[in-house]
Amino acid sequence: MCTHIAESTAVTGMGKGPDGWFAVTKATVGYDHTTHSVDEHALLLDFTNYDLGVGARVALEIDLESGKALLAQLTEVIERAEATGLS
Amino acid sequence: MSAWNSFDTAGPVSVTAELTTYPGGGGDEIHAYVARPAGAGPRPGLVYIHHLPGWDEYTQETVERLARHGYDVIAPDLYCRYGHGTPDDVGAKVRSEGGVYDDSVVADAEAALAWLKALPTHSGKAAVIGPCSGGRHALLIASVVDGFDAVVDLWGGNVLPVGDPTPARPVAPSAYTARLAIPLLGIFGNDDQSPTAAQVDEHEELLKDAGKDYEFHRYDGAGHAFFYYHTERYRPVQAMDAWEKVFAFLADKLS
Repeated sequence: MCTHIAESTAVTGMGKGPDGWFAVTKATVGYDHTTHSVDEHALLLDFTNYDLGVGARVALEIDLESGKALLAQLTEVIERAEATGLS
Repeated sequence: MSAWNSFDTAGPVSVTAELTTYPGGGGDEIHAYVARPAGAGPRPGLVYIHHLPGWDEYTQETVERLARHGYDVIAPDLYCRYGHGTPDDVGAKVRSEGGVYDDSVVADAEAALAWLKALPTHSGKAAVIGPCSGGRHALLIASVVDGFDAVVDLWGGNVLPVGDPTPARPVAPSAYTARLAIPLLGIFGNDDQSPTAAQVDEHEELLKDAGKDYEFHRYDGAGHAFFYYHTERYRPVQAMDAWEKVFAFLADKLS
């Protein structure tokens, strides 16, 4: 099915695509049809910079359990990073 | 006799397929993939509406298949205005912007119908057909655009209202059931999660109550997108039977 579930946020950082590193400006998280995973649906993570064209994209298609595990690790690492006081 | 693999080897239909541009909705020059049989016609036309993943290789191959069975076929690139790259990159951009707008799709399809009708080979008959989100769009187009003679909905989800309306998808196609004035063919897998078998039944009830001309075919052992030979969802036996239903329906309604 087409879920049309997708949310985007502005991000600051760098991503590595087929043409090398580029500045990423937008992250979109969706849950919809996959294009390459064997699963019919997956979490679709895109880090993009559409000022550079539609191909300026780092893409992931991962299952929900992977997404939950990733989210937990992101949360933990962000907490530890903030605790260091480093920037 | 089946339609598949039943051509005369003395003279199978030759087909040309190419990228072209045409004036889409709002007069915007947009891409379309067009496949046409050789010969002067007259023959019917099809507007093929691609699925949510985009205007992709499956779209091209399906358009060519339909043309080999005697139709002038045009598949507008409904994502053309979002830029160009690989189909999945373009699809990702469309997704990040909330999806293509129904109004845009309807306008591009109406313009594609006008393009078909202007062909010297055109017989005067045309249908709109699409899979997945393209099935939903095909039904929507058939309900609000005059000039088509038949519509084929291949497992379109969200035909009934699901969730809150969005700017891109403000109205569920089922809301236009009373306006649907042409025959509808629906192809569904009973294991699909959208549309579920129950949703297909509910849609059928709406059509029945409104006295519409429709035929639905449901397949056991098949889920969503069971025509897609490039995925694990492919169910060859069910898909080939369903293709025969599609060819028979189009031959009947567009003759």
